[in-house]
Amino acid sequence: MKDRFSQILASILVNAVYAMINYPVVLISTLLAPFSLFIVIVFVSHGQLLSVAVGGALIMTMISSGTSMQQDLSHLKNDFKLQDMVISSPTSARMYLIGMAISEIVYFLPVLLVLLILTALYISTSALGYFEIFAVMTIMFIFSVSLGFILSTFTSDVVQSWAFSGIVSTLLSALPPVYYPISYVPAVFQPVVYLSPATYAAEIVQAIVNPGLVNFSAGTIAIDWIVITAVCIITTFIAIKKSRWREN
Amino acid sequence: MMEMETLECKHITKRYDTGKFALRNVSFAIPAKGIFALIGRNGAGKTTLIRMLATQLMPTSGSATINGIDVVDGAEELRNLIACVPQEARAVGWVTPKQFVTSYLLWRGLGYSEASRKAVAALDRLGLWKVKDVQCQKLSGGMKRKVLVAMIVASGAKIIFLDEPTTGLDPISRNELWNMLRKLKDDHFIFLTTHYLEEAERLADIIGILDDGRLRAIGTIDDLRKKVRYPYSIKILSKVHVEKPRNGMIVKGIDENYQVVTTEKEAHELSKRLISKRVRFAMNPLTLDDIFYYIVKKPIEVESYDEEDEW
Repeated sequence: MKDRFSQILASILVNAVYAMINYPVVLISTLLAPFSLFIVIVFVSHGQLLSVAVGGALIMTMISSGTSMQQDLSHLKNDFKLQDMVISSPTSARMYLIGMAISEIVYFLPVLLVLLILTALYISTSALGYFEIFAVMTIMFIFSVSLGFILSTFTSDVVQSWAFSGIVSTLLSALPPVYYPISYVPAVFQPVVYLSPATYAAEIVQAIVNPGLVNFSAGTIAIDWIVITAVCIITTFIAIKKSRWREN
Repeated sequence: MMEMETLECKHITKRYDTGKFALRNVSFAIPAKGIFALIGRNGAGKTTLIRMLATQLMPTSGSATINGIDVVDGAEELRNLIACVPQEARAVGWVTPKQFVTSYLLWRGLGYSEASRKAVAALDRLGLWKVKDVQCQKLSGGMKRKVLVAMIVASGAKIIFLDEPTTGLDPISRNELWNMLRKLKDDHFIFLTTHYLEEAERLADIIGILDDGRLRAIGTIDDLRKKVRYPYSIKILSKVHVEKPRNGMIVKGIDENYQVVTTEKEAHELSKRLISKRVRFAMNPLTLDDIFYYIVKKPIEVESYDEEDEW
């Protein structure tokens, strides 16, 4: 148990703590990222979509941590050969994944702190509602870091990693209506946005934070939960079992 | 006692998805102590073999054991005993040597205080005390490589894999690294790959020659000399006519110069004749460079050498 704690701690130190200590500017960059679209949406909607945008920022922060992890791991693997050094050590793929995932949370702590304040100020819901938001965030986090880990183990250089990152960002960030209701998306494009798991997560959160704005049936919300949970389980399974840790 | 302190490969083959064979039926057994150097040209299969033994890559067929532990089935157990510095590995740029070595030891399962203490001790041992708190990216190439050596020294792993550890280093840094490895070899088994033949000759107890995925030869430097038919070479440094010896050849060597290769006896006879003619020459047992050249690339043989020939 102590061994595993040490292995997780190593990833947190290298990928988050030492990076933040030695380059404090990364904190500003990380802090700004989820708020760029948030600010636009709030301004354009004259504040009407504030609570939805806060919910969206919560989801996007979790998804960003996955894309960020993919880039970090690709960099560590391809530029420093860290993954190979770690493979030839007692650390398993699972422990490396968990450590790096937590390191991303540590990295995004300042953002989460700001979002926590905004949530307290602008989102009014029941205890169950807050729990559901937390559960959606957790599921999206596990899904995105697992996806990031899978892709990072398959990249052979940083340029390839950027390409993966761009595709994932489009699918998970730009495409889904996370910061605004799906009803704002033209009907013809709505089937397309449902290709992204983030859309299902957004529907759950939007129904909690602004039930007057969106009107989803209980069945729709149930399907949303099933989809994000299934996608999360499948992605995590692939990350642990099928990632290219020890190469074939 | 074959299983103890032995590295054994049996018919190891690696074929990538592209269809290219990186290793073809490689078999050998060596004592897992001292320094073993695997030499070969770029693309010979050195990195593929070291990655397989360091449990990073699966073989397509065949098996390998280190101290009786299978590199596939016993990988988890083996990873407690080995440490590997891959080709082109670098200490993470934004951390300091102390932070990097400490983190590596944490990945190996040590507690933080023990890891920190061992990291500082290893950095001190390798002369990196003064730079232990400087970001790795600000260190010279030689220093960065030393940080990786400090990492494996601190790990306590008894079996060390180094893939081209001195590539790109200046001669002084290379020598410093060689001295460190010599100190380590007494209580470690070091498996290194290199394409610097001098490095293998000066460091290794046993040398393997890999070419096009095949193991062409393996043994001590003396063993390898015996693989070559004529173990002595005479490089003639004056203009003179030289006939092909009874037992030997005149060949174009690795340096593109002509030399007589022959038996020890004929080499001495020829040397006496050359001395009597006041011809300048250099007589040596074949170097690893020569041996590698003869084994990997067959030299061009000529019938005689004349003063008009190109030197």
